[in-house]
Amino acid sequence: MNSLTGGGFLIPYLIMLIAEGMPLLYLELAVGQRMRQGSIGAWKMISPYLCGVGVASVVVSFFLSMYYNVINAWAFWYLFHSFQDPLPWATCPLNSNRTGYEEECERTSSTQYFWYRQTLNISPSLEASGSVQWEQALCLTLAWLVVYLCILRGTASTGKVVYVTASLPYCVLIIYLIRGLTLHGAVNGLFYMFTPKLEQLLNPKAWISAATQIFFSLGLGFGSLIAFASYNEPSNNCERHAIIVSLINSTTSIFASIVTFSIYGFKATFNYESCINKVILLLLNAFDLEEGSLTADNLSEKKDYLMATYPQEYAQLAPQIKNCSLEAELDTAVQGTGLAFIVYSEAIKNMEVPQLYSVLYFFMLLMLGIGSMLGNTAAILTPLTDSRAIGARFPKEVISGVVCFINCVIGLIFTMEAGNYWFDIFNDYAATLSLLLIVLVETIAVCYIYGIRRFEKDLYTMIGRKPNWYWKIMWAFVSPLLIISLFIFYLTDYILTGTLQYQAWDATQGQLVTKDYPGYALAVIGLLVAASTMCIPLGALMTFIRKRLKRERVSTVA
Amino acid sequence: MLRALLLILSVVAIAHAELCKPDAQNAFKVRISIKTALGDNAYAWDANEEYLFKAMVAFAMRRYSSKSTTQISNVLLCNVTDRVSFWFVVTDSSKNVTTVPGSVVEAAIRMNRNRINSAFLLSDKTLQFLKITSTLSPPVEPSTPVWLIVFGVVLCLIVAGIVFLIVSGIQKHKKKNKESTERENLEEKVEVTVTLENGLPCEVLDLKAGHINGVFPADDERFTSL
Repeated sequence: MNSLTGGGFLIPYLIMLIAEGMPLLYLELAVGQRMRQGSIGAWKMISPYLCGVGVASVVVSFFLSMYYNVINAWAFWYLFHSFQDPLPWATCPLNSNRTGYEEECERTSSTQYFWYRQTLNISPSLEASGSVQWEQALCLTLAWLVVYLCILRGTASTGKVVYVTASLPYCVLIIYLIRGLTLHGAVNGLFYMFTPKLEQLLNPKAWISAATQIFFSLGLGFGSLIAFASYNEPSNNCERHAIIVSLINSTTSIFASIVTFSIYGFKATFNYESCINKVILLLLNAFDLEEGSLTADNLSEKKDYLMATYPQEYAQLAPQIKNCSLEAELDTAVQGTGLAFIVYSEAIKNMEVPQLYSVLYFFMLLMLGIGSMLGNTAAILTPLTDSRAIGARFPKEVISGVVCFINCVIGLIFTMEAGNYWFDIFNDYAATLSLLLIVLVETIAVCYIYGIRRFEKDLYTMIGRKPNWYWKIMWAFVSPLLIISLFIFYLTDYILTGTLQYQAWDATQGQLVTKDYPGYALAVIGLLVAASTMCIPLGALMTFIRKRLKRERVSTVA
Repeated sequence: MLRALLLILSVVAIAHAELCKPDAQNAFKVRISIKTALGDNAYAWDANEEYLFKAMVAFAMRRYSSKSTTQISNVLLCNVTDRVSFWFVVTDSSKNVTTVPGSVVEAAIRMNRNRINSAFLLSDKTLQFLKITSTLSPPVEPSTPVWLIVFGVVLCLIVAGIVFLIVSGIQKHKKKNKESTERENLEEKVEVTVTLENGLPCEVLDLKAGHINGVFPADDERFTSL
């Protein structure tokens, strides 16, 4: 449920699903089922030099679990605030002498004000850290307690919880589909979604985010799939599972995006019509024209007429008259998690019985978020509980408790005033590059180091059928080549644009401004990417050194 | 009919013409949006409505200060446009050809804004006095914020669930320990031989459904030490 990159994302999404999603899902399930160990042990068995891959997966899962639960905290915050009439983000709060609305809220919309000021209390830049917001800290603690409750008893109980967290969102999505499609202006959103935009297809960022979206939603590269599959029966038909799971997953994504875009269409149409009404009111008041003489249809001709007849007054008004455009409204839709909260709360406040829809929506968001968190924490806990050093000495409850507690304390960083900027850093850099690299190494390892024929034989012994040419071609050629090309695009894009920048909220203007990252933030970004990607070569190096030392010891003794 | 009225009014108001004009001293502009407020039920703005307006302003002045003797004829309207917007002033009945100070008029209208609005079936937004800001009513705020109540309920449920699971886990663990000690006592009496293999009992070696044979030593112990 991360960022949906606007209209025309269907094509990269479907291509990435067929080229990357399904083959890699089958690969990971098969590896886990065959090796019957968590990600670290499984890759060690494929080749002892690859123990770093499992560790890299665990590190990425650790980073992800650190920051992802903050989204659940925000979902809790909005959910708790939905039990009021009117919704708190529907109107601006009044200023101190009650003659008008708060300044900051006037300059921007009430939903943006609620998000940036009352939820995040965001500071103007990353350097101004500010203090921890106690309300957000409480919600974060609650989110971690919920996660702890679900993983307390280990993977067996987590499986049952996943049934609930996976099926409830469907019910809510169906309700929203019916509601969304009957909204005024929903059709505009759907047209926008299904019309491909050529310049977006040429932009590699769209392809990279489609790939990341597939990896995230299927859980590839995190090690959680290998961990879950290791508990399966050896004769389990993982090929059928892989196909079914990826088809269900993509159908759900497309279904969810139909709902999303019908709601975006509603919001965009609503904003467009209010913009037009504002312009009409402005012209009516300025020129004392009769009410109803200006409508949306005759607006442009009347504007020209007024410009011709009263040039001076029209020139005075000109800066206030905005050009309303439906396309512009639709384009502002989609980037980043914060914008998802803003856009949805804005759409919901204009529906009838907004409290009901708000509660449903944020509850669904919570279910999806907790489902993702369970997968992440399972990926971290499985190697810990399997290891002899920690797993045998402490009971599962204590290990899970310690992991949740550490993550919660680190997560308090994201509840500070500048927390959302740090969140964006983690969101953009912690998982994307590392996942691509891990998945690339996984495919190359299985196909070329372990040997594709050996893998075929293993699959034959497990499920009684050899994989057909589609799987083999995808594993051996298409997937690695695609990932390598994505990597090249990413790096060239970074080299071309130079320094990295972020969007900061400017309270005086009431909008986002672009700023450069300070030095220490760039260092953190580098550390995030390095921490997980360096595990792979470091692991190989350490195994190499260890073998060398043993061989020397043996040869000297002999 | 309208024209006749206007003619009479203009004759009477010639003396008052300087008092009521746009941006005159103590004059206020009013803007009315009937169609926006009432839609299909909108009424037309005609002389009768203007008469009602003058009556309401006079009423407001009288209600504000008990000494006031404002008559309907003291309220002057001018520059009525199609928008429906116009200017008005309130003349002083006692002194000739002067207008009541703007602050007094403003205070009077502010005090009776509700009554004036409801006389015309309009609201603060659709019946605008351009220089008179209305006091916005604050939203109703309960003593404890609602979200804290919901938060508290959910928190209690989750903590109760966690405590329940931990306690039942500890109890199950204790029961298992008691059972295993009982079984050990039983075994000692019966003296069941435990099958050993290379000095290790067989159960420990059964790792992961037999795909890994723990009987064979791990990779780094492949060479026997000399």
